[in-house]
Amino acid sequence: MADTETDDRPYWGPAAYLLLVRMWMRSASQYRVSLVLTTLAQLFTTCLDLIAILVIYTHVQTIAGFTLPETLYLYGTTRLAFGLSDIVASGVEDLPTMIRMGDFDLVLIRPVSSLAQVLADQFTPKRFGKLVTPVLTLGWALHALPVHWTAARIAVCVGTVVCGFVLYCALWVLTGCISFVAVDAQEVANSFTYGSENATEYPLTIFGRPLGLALTFVLPVAFVTWQPSLYVLGHADPFGLPGFLRFASPLAAALLSGLAALAWRGCVRHYRSTGS
Amino acid sequence: MTDPIILAEGLTKTFNGDFTAVDGIDLRVAAGELVGYIGPNGAGKSTTIKMLTGILTPTSGLLRVAGFEPQRDRVKLARRIGVVFGQRTTLWWDLPLKDSFTLLQRLYKIPRQRYEENLAYYVDALDLGPFLDRPVRQLSLGQRMRGDITAALLHDPAVVYLDEPTIGLDVVSKHSVREFLSELNQRTGTTILLTTHDIADIERLCTRVVAIDHGRVTYDGSIEELRADRDLETVVRELYLGRSLVDTTE
Amino acid sequence: MRVYLTAVRLSLRRYLAYRSSALAGAFTNTVFGCLRALVLIALWKQKPELSGWDQTDAVTYAFVTQGLVTPMGIFMNSTELGPRIRSGDVAVDLYRPVDFQAWWLSLDLGRALGAGMLRTVPPVVVGSLLFPVRLPTSPLPWAEFVVCCGIGYLISFGLRYLASLVAFWTMDERGTASILVAVGMFCSGLIIPLSIVPGTLGAVLLHTPWAAVAQMPINVLLGTQSGGFGYAVAFASVWAVLLLVAGRLVTDAARHKVVVQGG
Repeated sequence: MADTETDDRPYWGPAAYLLLVRMWMRSASQYRVSLVLTTLAQLFTTCLDLIAILVIYTHVQTIAGFTLPETLYLYGTTRLAFGLSDIVASGVEDLPTMIRMGDFDLVLIRPVSSLAQVLADQFTPKRFGKLVTPVLTLGWALHALPVHWTAARIAVCVGTVVCGFVLYCALWVLTGCISFVAVDAQEVANSFTYGSENATEYPLTIFGRPLGLALTFVLPVAFVTWQPSLYVLGHADPFGLPGFLRFASPLAAALLSGLAALAWRGCVRHYRSTGS
Repeated sequence: MTDPIILAEGLTKTFNGDFTAVDGIDLRVAAGELVGYIGPNGAGKSTTIKMLTGILTPTSGLLRVAGFEPQRDRVKLARRIGVVFGQRTTLWWDLPLKDSFTLLQRLYKIPRQRYEENLAYYVDALDLGPFLDRPVRQLSLGQRMRGDITAALLHDPAVVYLDEPTIGLDVVSKHSVREFLSELNQRTGTTILLTTHDIADIERLCTRVVAIDHGRVTYDGSIEELRADRDLETVVRELYLGRSLVDTTE
Repeated sequence: MRVYLTAVRLSLRRYLAYRSSALAGAFTNTVFGCLRALVLIALWKQKPELSGWDQTDAVTYAFVTQGLVTPMGIFMNSTELGPRIRSGDVAVDLYRPVDFQAWWLSLDLGRALGAGMLRTVPPVVVGSLLFPVRLPTSPLPWAEFVVCCGIGYLISFGLRYLASLVAFWTMDERGTASILVAVGMFCSGLIIPLSIVPGTLGAVLLHTPWAAVAQMPINVLLGTQSGGFGYAVAFASVWAVLLLVAGRLVTDAARHKVVVQGG
């Protein structure tokens, strides 16, 4: 029984995550036909909301003062950010099954971050199908928008997708923690993840002031694309909020990530204290 | 006993404030022991194991394994222990067996050379060669168990926990698993804690038996003392307080 | 006949055992109902009489569709049948002295009834509390609505059943099932009411089987179905019969395949 472990640190989380993702991709590639069809299905599903927007705009020129290219900009950025976060973090959707089957115990006996293991769970390349529609839509919108592209606007546009991605990842983790508290309540998490994505495809104005403020300061999904887009598209804030909020996405992303990390740690501690 | 590798004093676990699964267990296991941990279902065996492996945090009491507090140092401890679950596999279901081993080599940061040596040894000792390239989902129970045992040992853990490792295996497989574990313990001095309902496992392997019931230790001593002039089966049945036991003496 | 009723009852009981799961799902349905309602309100604000509906009709539509999602299995991309075909266990089912299609219908019906109890009512109730909706006070529209839902349910089962049977030939029905779900999501009017889709696409959408799953029953409830209850029933029945008959034919083909090829 040789003990040569001088390196007591856990296997670095992100590296472990990538390692596990590679293994899952190899598992998924065993079922090739199914993979192709489900990827197509994912692609098609992401088109549906787009078709809805297009249909709506056959009847009107603007919604809440936003033209079609502008709404498609909102749609493209939030869908892209969400699609990227889905690829990275939707493993957390398997947490209820892992807990019920006792597989989360197996996670805890490995010298690897539990979050990395859960996020990587059931990784499948079909998720990449969700990127096609938003990329194409965003491309078209950027082309059709009558925006004067300064360096600042381009930076904020890129930052929108990046911060949106981080915000959504944090949201996946945060809502995934629901399974630790109530293992049957996972569908509630869906209303926050998929629901936020759905809500941010349209101008926040349609929610009315109270709900719009809640979506800014309580559940900060307004920072996924709405706030920075007000700057990029040159719109006044219909709720009259201060202008600096348009650049607050990185802060919102950092705060929500911190909250998610704390929540995860707390919930794992709770699991270890109470069993499943 | 100087510096036991497993030290538990007054180890207690209470759920929901009212159900006490483990009630003040004292346990001292020296490095290199091969201990059988027995008791009826619901006695608190798996709860104890979960605390020893860091899965569950104790409600109270002292607990130290391989020099660490499982509660605080889960990850550091994880690298020094191996766990084999009889009824659940830790292997990758859809991929060839050897891919699971490669993954573990990375995750446990096993130095390349030691990994190759260990793997070669286990492939030989457990006869893994014929199915090393087969997806785990296509393996028989016996093959999968040998794979799980290898997976638990590749990183040279100081302590190995086996939870019902021979359950469901045919006679020949049970025998070879037992032989292997006995040889492992003698050759490397790895501490082994074995939970089982199979008396033959205990007879063949364990120098010491700890029995637990209703969360408390009901017996802790050597097999010889336990048997005195009675046969082990009767004794164990008594320990199980008349509950039915899977009788697989063969 | 009794064996099928028993299957329905057991399936229903099993669904109701997972109450908390279902209620969590009802929460999500309600949230999405609100989201869709707000979008439609924004549209109807500018076009108050769009497609013969007013804003209240549109909001009602948003919540009732969400309520119908689970019973109609619009998001179901896996049934128990698929895995049984993949594993070969289905061979046992095919030789049982019960009608294969009727058996699976009974199991699914139990599930649908349970979902109807736990996941249809909450979104509609909450929606009516938060928004102005149009829910009839007289029993006749409700009765008509329920009848249309019943036939619509048969259509939804017929579609899902056929999709599962694909596994007999491809050994994995999940791919086809996901595509069917994606198509169904749109064509049942879940994303937007079919009646506002313009042009040829709109006309086509109003004649697919999915149109009778949610859009038509709700039209009947609101009293805005062109051709009225009679048309809705006739249209839906035609599709239901077609799909169920197709299901029987495919089942026979599958049984033949299993017998000839040994599964």
